[in-house]
Amino acid sequence: MAEKYIARSSAIAARLLGGEMMVMSTADSTFFTLDEVASAIWQAADGRTPLSEIVAGKICQEFDVDREQAQRDAARFVDELSQHGILLVSDQPLMESSP
Amino acid sequence: MSLLAEMNQKALTLGLPISVHFDITYRCNERCVHCYLDHDDHGEMTTAEIADVLTQLADVGVFFLSLSGGEVLMRRDFFEIVERARQLLFNVKVKTNGVMIHEKEAARLRQLGVEQVQISVYSHRPQVHDAITKLPGSLKRTIRAIRFLKSQGLKVSIANVLMARNFSDQAGVITLARELGVAYTLDPTITPRMDGDTSILALRIPGSDVKHVFHSQELVGNMEEFCAPPPVPGEDIMEGFPCSAGHTACYISPYGDVFPCVQFPLPSGNVRRQKFLEIWRHSPQLQEVRSIRARDLPTCSTCAHVGTCTRCPGLAYVEGNMRGPSTADCEKSFQRTGIPSANMLAGAHGSTMGQLIQIQAAG
Repeated sequence: MAEKYIARSSAIAARLLGGEMMVMSTADSTFFTLDEVASAIWQAADGRTPLSEIVAGKICQEFDVDREQAQRDAARFVDELSQHGILLVSDQPLMESSP
Repeated sequence: MSLLAEMNQKALTLGLPISVHFDITYRCNERCVHCYLDHDDHGEMTTAEIADVLTQLADVGVFFLSLSGGEVLMRRDFFEIVERARQLLFNVKVKTNGVMIHEKEAARLRQLGVEQVQISVYSHRPQVHDAITKLPGSLKRTIRAIRFLKSQGLKVSIANVLMARNFSDQAGVITLARELGVAYTLDPTITPRMDGDTSILALRIPGSDVKHVFHSQELVGNMEEFCAPPPVPGEDIMEGFPCSAGHTACYISPYGDVFPCVQFPLPSGNVRRQKFLEIWRHSPQLQEVRSIRARDLPTCSTCAHVGTCTRCPGLAYVEGNMRGPSTADCEKSFQRTGIPSANMLAGAHGSTMGQLIQIQAAG
């Protein structure tokens, strides 16, 4: 399976509040809250680190989760956020863009 | 409870601000008859000072940032400020009259990821709108700006302040908003000037017109529900606080003064002299505002409307007592339901306001 690279879109607003990340798409005003695991993936989305490496190197290390389950959950999370333009996904490294 | 409401509740529990209204200038290219501001520049914060404040706000968890004025585009560094705010990942709403927004400015706002632009429109007729703004040609320029912003795909809303002189044009503004494909909000609130001058309160619409607005299905949605008699307040209502001012939201002036809300001119600190977080946590004024519960309001706690009234503690403060009634909201509750407020029954309704408290630099 091809590697996925993820980067945070510049068309979002985000803030960490009490361990939860609030994210809003400035394009369609969709509002999300991310739990601690999702927030960690979000914060690691630098466009250069493959998703599998984020999950193996960060999520499985910091949280007590099964690696295969974590990979599946991360893929689903990334799909959902990318549909709202909140995460950019590519099979090539991405450069993070700022407003 | 919506996700947004949950996050507001969380911010309240954590004692953190989630929304800030930041007036970056009081200067303006319009001279609206109802405006409460002094438009002279008495030493606005510099670009660097504002950037520092924005960083502090982001660090403490502020998510929603309204940039307003005055007219925000009177600042030459306006886009630099927005750019900094967006780099810090704020959800940015811009309030403007739109007069200085052309294609290039609209494109830049879109590029920067501004979430929403609110534009003031007082009438669909130039002779009425321009007479209120005292800027000939302003309605034409404002409508042109809305079209530019819409063509960029930005979310735009029209804010229509209702006064006696433009009340009859309200339907025309709604139609205009529809034609432009933008949201419409109305506000019948006129507040005294910053220098304490109350003469502009004479511009307010009379109670009968407030009633007309509140009984319009188109404006309020479910009218029966909106205008229903208030339910008997429970203990949760009496233990509740009036609004988000000072609890999860606050206001910062172009001079760095911090207040609980733009409508609550209680000086609570100044970010030029103190860190924002120090003001937020330790200001005696903000702590006093936070300590007030509905049960502590001498008149309002006995009022049938206590659980449903839109009582503004800032307007009450301007009338002389932050624990007192806000007579404009007494009027609204009465016109909405036909049931007089406790303050009205006590005979205070319609009385002349006492000494007004003015906005002043925090000591």
